[in-house]
Amino acid sequence: MKFEYAPAPESTAIVDIQSEYNLFIDDKFVPSKGGKRFETINPSNEKVLSRVTQATAADVDKAVKAASEAYRKTWSKLSGAQRGKYLFRIARILQERAREFAVLESMDNGKPIRETRDTDIPLAAAHFFYHAGWADKLDYAGLGKNPKPHGVVGQIIPWNFPMLMLAWKVAPALATGNTVVLKPAETTPLTALLFAEVCQQADLPKGVVNILTGDGSTGAAIVNHPGINKIAFTGSTEVGKIIAKSVASSKKALTLELGGKGANIIFEDAPIDETVEGVINGIFFNQGHVCCAGSRLLVQENIKDELLEKLKRRMSLIRVGDPLDKNTDLGAINSQAQLMKIRELAESGDAEGAQRWSPQCQLPEKGFWFPPTFFTGVSQAHRIAREEIFGPVLSVITFRTPSEAIEKANNTPFGLSAGIWTDKGSRILWSAQQLKAGVIWANTFNKFDPASPFGGYKESGWGREGGRHGLSAYLKGDFS
Amino acid sequence: MLLTDSSESSIKSFLRNLSPVDQVGADSRAAMLATRSIKTSSKLWAIDTAISMIDLTTLEGADTPGKVAALCTKAVRPDPSDSSVPHVGAVCVYNDMVKIARDHLDKNGGNEIPVAAVSTAFPSGRASLDVKKRDTEDAIASGATEIDMVIDRGAFLSGNLEKVFTEIVCIKEICGERAHLKVILETGELVTYDNVRKASFLAMAAGADFIKTSTGKVSPAATAPVVLVMLEAVRDYFVMTGKRIGVKPAGGIRTTKDAIKQLVLVNETAGPDWLDPKLFRIGASALLNDLLMQRMKMKSGQYSGRNYVTLD
Amino acid sequence: MRVDVKKTYKLFIGGQFPRSESGRSYELLDAKGNFLANPALASRKDLRDAVVAARAASEKWASASAFNRSQILYRVAEVMEGRREQFVSEVMAQEGVTKAQAIKQVDAAIDLWVWYAGWCDKIPTIFGSTNPVSGSFYNFTTPEPVGVVAAFIDGSSSLIDIVHGIAPILSGGNVVIAIANEEYPLCAITLSEVIATSDISGGVVNVLTGRTEELTPWVASHMDIDGVDGSGLEMAAYETLKRDGADNLKRIYRFKAEGSPQRIISFMENKTVWHPIGI
Repeated sequence: MKFEYAPAPESTAIVDIQSEYNLFIDDKFVPSKGGKRFETINPSNEKVLSRVTQATAADVDKAVKAASEAYRKTWSKLSGAQRGKYLFRIARILQERAREFAVLESMDNGKPIRETRDTDIPLAAAHFFYHAGWADKLDYAGLGKNPKPHGVVGQIIPWNFPMLMLAWKVAPALATGNTVVLKPAETTPLTALLFAEVCQQADLPKGVVNILTGDGSTGAAIVNHPGINKIAFTGSTEVGKIIAKSVASSKKALTLELGGKGANIIFEDAPIDETVEGVINGIFFNQGHVCCAGSRLLVQENIKDELLEKLKRRMSLIRVGDPLDKNTDLGAINSQAQLMKIRELAESGDAEGAQRWSPQCQLPEKGFWFPPTFFTGVSQAHRIAREEIFGPVLSVITFRTPSEAIEKANNTPFGLSAGIWTDKGSRILWSAQQLKAGVIWANTFNKFDPASPFGGYKESGWGREGGRHGLSAYLKGDFS
Repeated sequence: MLLTDSSESSIKSFLRNLSPVDQVGADSRAAMLATRSIKTSSKLWAIDTAISMIDLTTLEGADTPGKVAALCTKAVRPDPSDSSVPHVGAVCVYNDMVKIARDHLDKNGGNEIPVAAVSTAFPSGRASLDVKKRDTEDAIASGATEIDMVIDRGAFLSGNLEKVFTEIVCIKEICGERAHLKVILETGELVTYDNVRKASFLAMAAGADFIKTSTGKVSPAATAPVVLVMLEAVRDYFVMTGKRIGVKPAGGIRTTKDAIKQLVLVNETAGPDWLDPKLFRIGASALLNDLLMQRMKMKSGQYSGRNYVTLD
Repeated sequence: MRVDVKKTYKLFIGGQFPRSESGRSYELLDAKGNFLANPALASRKDLRDAVVAARAASEKWASASAFNRSQILYRVAEVMEGRREQFVSEVMAQEGVTKAQAIKQVDAAIDLWVWYAGWCDKIPTIFGSTNPVSGSFYNFTTPEPVGVVAAFIDGSSSLIDIVHGIAPILSGGNVVIAIANEEYPLCAITLSEVIATSDISGGVVNVLTGRTEELTPWVASHMDIDGVDGSGLEMAAYETLKRDGADNLKRIYRFKAEGSPQRIISFMENKTVWHPIGI
């Protein structure tokens, strides 16, 4: 017998998308000074959702001035306890409007509603709750008495977790007493614009949060604006390095959350079925558009065949399709450009002699889609073993001994995440100690929490987000 | 062959080689599958499938011939007003009620419906092997074609795996071709998922046709993660041996929502081959009426009420 | 009359005291303008060798227990104390200060070294955390050394700045390539002699003397250096260092003059580990 799941689409009636959006500066939606509009589309069907504004350097200047004035006149005058209450308000409103955010995020990004509903939006609200409570306790953040904020913070966030990355950036910035100029990613601006409404509903003082939509040139204008005291960026390592160079001759503080090529290490004694789930979650969560994805599967050679059989079976069950269907596991690739990049890298895998495998699956005709895929016969030298694919593509590499696993795992300029699967406690701690990565998931993968610091070693970035450690990104330390 | 012999050391080394189960991971997989949204046509299909998989059960000290007869009537025709409703998978009763149930089913057009008897000093299993054998023999003689035996949890927990194994082998011998053997693990007493997985393999290697979660007398019973672990076990056993073993969750499955979650677990764990009353049963009593009410709602568009389904 | 046996000031690389591979040295004058010494003028190749030596020593130093590192560093202070007279005379000669002032600085420097030594096994306690995450998971964060750190030693003093430049990097479990201040190289070399006769293995500390301006771009662009303390650089050079150092995203900082655990933790990465809690 065959159990077909009938379509179970989440209703879009809950969202009210305007045909055009202005910029959010000083608590108002204002038109750009000379900026054109550009379309944001639903990547699952290529339909235009809205037209948003390309913020210009003049708009950036206006937003920085608003943020700067808000910092001087209101925000820095408020006590931590009062600041915190605004964050609590924001958290509550995000919970009240959670479904609306979840649907909008799914439409603009292409990710499954199950993930936006169960992960992105609840975690975004949790981040505001968590940081709200820090606002009046900064003396205990480990940076001495009465640590000082930077002032105006420029924040540039990526398209893979638009609302969650906004929360990761805005919540700690506000809790520590900074004001914000934020640019959402070009392809996913809508939830940030909805967040502007949340700021209004929360009665956040004007100018404390300013949201500018636009492309890389808007981002560059933020990075290079002299009125900004600190930059926080999440995105590619390539752009991160450019930003680092741009601010080198300024006093701007900088934190970076960049790329990764996470190793998910499977030892022979791993709890095999949960491990398979962890591998699936590690690479196919959010279509693999995850900087900390477990994109390199390092499997002990003596269990490779068994693991891959189980993995194939499990991958065949992945439901690819309409992101708004509540049963969808794998949604659309966020953009045409990203799809091209994934294809190009996958083709390099074919060309370099690795073997590609995907389950039979019907991909929709419209929109940007890539099936869940793994490559076997991958060596450390292959591009698919070294470069971040940022898509649902897993490279399978084998090892023979724990030391070899660690050596291979660390043999990359990145150092964001790693996974360890074994039933042996001492081996977990040994491996965790050896791995050069900022986040180690042992017998689990891709877990996030506002209390847990997140960030990378080496070329995966500077600084941490979340937890007590994340606060120091927004407070001044003993630097000259 | 999975075991070189049925010695204690052979059984132990076989079970030791099984992959461990991470509790949090298994819980989270089961919780994820519980978010599957089953609507419209697929829901209707799932309701009828679930009805056909029910082992309609009464296992009370207060059971009487009248109560069992009523249960059998319901088993044959769950909804007297709608003949499109399938009959249930089986009727499950205590030993002394088997004959009454068999007779009543046969007289009321339910001759296809098997009678299952709980056996081997159900629910505790605290009796000698000899008593357990006679218990089983008696049930089969009375007309039971399915035997739901309990394992000796005390023996399992004390490490006397050979005893557990041997008992199952003995009961299986008695069943022979005459009855299907369901082996109740009583997972609520085994506690860990590692134990559930081990007991599942032990039962399968000893000859179980079905592995069953619980007696219904111990809580927790058929939780989703426990069923998940058992479904993984039958799936893996099939890969090893080519033999498909059935799974029967029993206890705690009371609503349509619960039942549909079970079917989703089957579908996405053991696979669609197991979506068959031959390989998946749900031990329940109150569940049937909830399925019927939901079915009426699906057909009529109105929410039904408890007085529009028969009590038993 | 006895003729003094004068000291040759050489580089310290991998536990050895080589001259610069370039064969160069520079003339160092004392505060009054008299000849003091001919320290080695380190080249980019000396830097390269120092990085190789440091990297080779890194894993062992990083994986030593914090308590053990702490004891080893305390041992350095003990040996410094024994060389007190030599440090005093070098401080006097280089800075032109009185003996009393020099003694004050040397005493403070030794005490500062002891202070940093004591941090080794406190850092993870104070700067790590256990994090109360949702769900059934144990989650903790612990700081770990980044690896190989270069330090441009500031010149506000001839000895204390060397301690600030070297000790905190070692406390965190990192290995160091110290680039001595051009004007004040002598105590750095003497300190390396102290280190060579203490319990620190070769390569953990490397000291180069020479021209900061010549070495800065090579430090900045070296892909196997993980962090740089730029406290001893002019602002323009520091900015260049930051720009070029972005090629491998080196951790680059300048610190306020006083001692601070910031100097230690800035060259540490926080690692967060998750594990399920279940039966």
